[in-house]
Amino acid sequence: MVEPATATQAAAPVMPQLKDELDIVIPTIRNLDFLEMWRPFFQPYHLIIVQDGDPSKTIKVPPGFDYELYNRNDINKILGPKASCISFKDSACRCFGYMVSKKKYIFTIDDDCFVAKDPSGKAVNALEQHIKNLQCPSTPFFFNTLYDPFREGADFVRGYPFSLREGVPTAVSHGLWLNIPDYDAPTQLVKPLERNTRFVDAVLTIPKGTLFPMCGMNLAFDRDLIGPAMYFGLMGDGQPIGRYDDMWAGWCIKVICDHLGLGVKTGLPYIYHSKASNPFVNLRKEYKGIFWQEEIIPFFQQAVLPKDCTTVQKCYVELAKQVKEKLSKVDPYFDKLADAMVTWIKAWDELNPPTAGSVPNGKAA
Amino acid sequence: MRTPPCLLSLTLDSAVHNLSNITDLSPFPDHILIELFLRTLRAGKLTERVLKLFIATGKDEVFSLIQALNIQVTVTPVLPTSKLMSLSIKDDEIDIVIGALRPDLTSFMNEWRTIFSRFHLIIVKDPDLKEELKIPEGFNLDVYKKPDIDRVVGTSTSTIFSGYSCRYFGYLVSRKKYIISVDDDCYPAKDNKGILVDAVAQHITNLTTPATPFFFNTLYDPFTEGADFVRGYPFSLRSGVQCALSCGLWLNLADYDAPTQALKPEERNSRYVDAVLTVPARTLMPISGINIAFNREVIGPALLPSLRLGGEGKFRWETMEDIWSGMCVKVVCDHLGLGVKTGMPYVWRNDRGDAIASLRKEWEGVKLMEEVVPFFQSVRLSREATTTEDCVAEVANVVKEQLESKDPMFARAAKAMVDWVKLWKSVGSSTSSPGA
Repeated sequence: MVEPATATQAAAPVMPQLKDELDIVIPTIRNLDFLEMWRPFFQPYHLIIVQDGDPSKTIKVPPGFDYELYNRNDINKILGPKASCISFKDSACRCFGYMVSKKKYIFTIDDDCFVAKDPSGKAVNALEQHIKNLQCPSTPFFFNTLYDPFREGADFVRGYPFSLREGVPTAVSHGLWLNIPDYDAPTQLVKPLERNTRFVDAVLTIPKGTLFPMCGMNLAFDRDLIGPAMYFGLMGDGQPIGRYDDMWAGWCIKVICDHLGLGVKTGLPYIYHSKASNPFVNLRKEYKGIFWQEEIIPFFQQAVLPKDCTTVQKCYVELAKQVKEKLSKVDPYFDKLADAMVTWIKAWDELNPPTAGSVPNGKAA
Repeated sequence: MRTPPCLLSLTLDSAVHNLSNITDLSPFPDHILIELFLRTLRAGKLTERVLKLFIATGKDEVFSLIQALNIQVTVTPVLPTSKLMSLSIKDDEIDIVIGALRPDLTSFMNEWRTIFSRFHLIIVKDPDLKEELKIPEGFNLDVYKKPDIDRVVGTSTSTIFSGYSCRYFGYLVSRKKYIISVDDDCYPAKDNKGILVDAVAQHITNLTTPATPFFFNTLYDPFTEGADFVRGYPFSLRSGVQCALSCGLWLNLADYDAPTQALKPEERNSRYVDAVLTVPARTLMPISGINIAFNREVIGPALLPSLRLGGEGKFRWETMEDIWSGMCVKVVCDHLGLGVKTGMPYVWRNDRGDAIASLRKEWEGVKLMEEVVPFFQSVRLSREATTTEDCVAEVANVVKEQLESKDPMFARAAKAMVDWVKLWKSVGSSTSSPGA
């Protein structure tokens, strides 16, 4: 039986790292009580709260946090007509937070996620681990059997070419969840009582050319390296699909990271996921996605980006073009989505004008 | 001169060795039954199944012995393995192949006794080893030494089995479906809860549950208890593919190369990562021979002795033969749609050797990998290659074409691969079925 950690104050670091370079983005529709539990770890950082749902409702933020809050009215005001690309009534709206942030790193977490305990009972500082993951290189070109070679007590194994040991910059750090696992609705229905109690003490780079299901519950990324590709799609109100926002972003960023020679890590840190959403509600949201992913995944597996796509934005716009060409026939939704992807990039560039003399982020593979 | 043992004694010894094949002890006369019981006990082969066989005879003497020795039927503490293992795998489908590079296997065998004694073992003595092997009693095994190897493959060919490559002879002569192989300087490890890891059971679980190479599951092996496929995992890919190879890991002395170990002489691996995962398709990795298992019927010929360093030695960090073989296996598996898993089980690898002394020898191996990795990453096999043997032959061809000009070692490796396929076809048992 896993339980969330309670003695978090003891585990908080004396010197919070990167407190001026990292924003924590939290989508919410209810309240932010969960922040109390995270206080020792989060308080030094700036929060960007994206309020979904009814903008006339007031979201109470526990005192003592430095934050900015955006509701739907704010999003409409800031983006004008381009606000159409930001989902409504779905946690996908969180990507608005990525867009308005001015920091290098983003950490995003769901409001039903608490601090986990490692097998020794110590509270896991998820933020600290994500920062470590992002600041250490990734190794996507050759698999290291001892997992992350940059972790203390590990290294590259015999046979690992020395020329590949420098690694590449890490763009994304994908954390995992104890207690309620991130299952789809059919699996939830079949195994309603299954809890993830296995603490796997590993961080590993997802190899180049391999796609994965990216979950947005416990995620961190380098906004400078991959930010514009972290669009969480059109979900929720007025859309035929839900609960595929993070999946969509995950497939896009992996193709782009592979193309630009950037790394994606998965594994530690764990958070404690407390709420199991209603599987019947989930099934209604995911239903189309379960069929569509059979077409979507081969699309991403075969996607090739031309060599002249040297920035994330260029890659993303090209990907949007291919989505329109190849996936529209699956459903007209993808036509709309492709347009929204382009709108997103336009909005991103407007809010984040490139500084004079900026260089392309990463190099095309 | 010692009196040779009597026929009865030899028969009893043979019975103890073949316990796994005995299903009924009732025909045994009472006094022989008791003697058999005692020898079984001494050999460490009194498993629950065997005990039940003795009890089933209904003989009073057996019962009084059990009572006097306070033997209790306990539930064998097996590690959490898939239920599939006990249902569909019989002990006689498994061979444990040990390459003996050191003569005294006493402590090695004794440490592994509770795990190995159920199975048939093939011990192959390094043909270069001069001293006699010391192997403790109580195992069901066949030992092959240089004269045996010479007899089967001829004296000129037997040189390919020198050093760590001696185990490949074991693969060649095995007739079983699954092979598990560990180095002779490895002992059973303990997991995070302090329980002894049954490496055989875990390898078999890995090999008998599907692999998922086409899409990464973030909760690692979805077939393990307490886990499943995560949201976003395509349903069409959830049945997975057959797992052909299971690569285990090592606590204590990890499989580092000489430069790494020399740089960090005190570093020992103490991190027990509770996971098995499928290595994605088209992703290559260094496959270490230290703790490995495979489905011989499906992938047997692809594990082969071929790349031998000029200065190859008798420590793992003085060799690259397993790394080279592993690259071939992965390329072949990817082509045939078979899976490769990595992670548990762990073994405890004993401290041995001096990394700094080995630095000079392995340097050529380290340099070679710079060529070897990009080469294997670029290999594409033809559609016509539908069996493992065909795949290996094709890889050999490509090695010859593309690498032989870079180093004569590669030319020799290519030839060794071609010769191996021929040897496998003539000496090895029924060849693999065509891949998916």
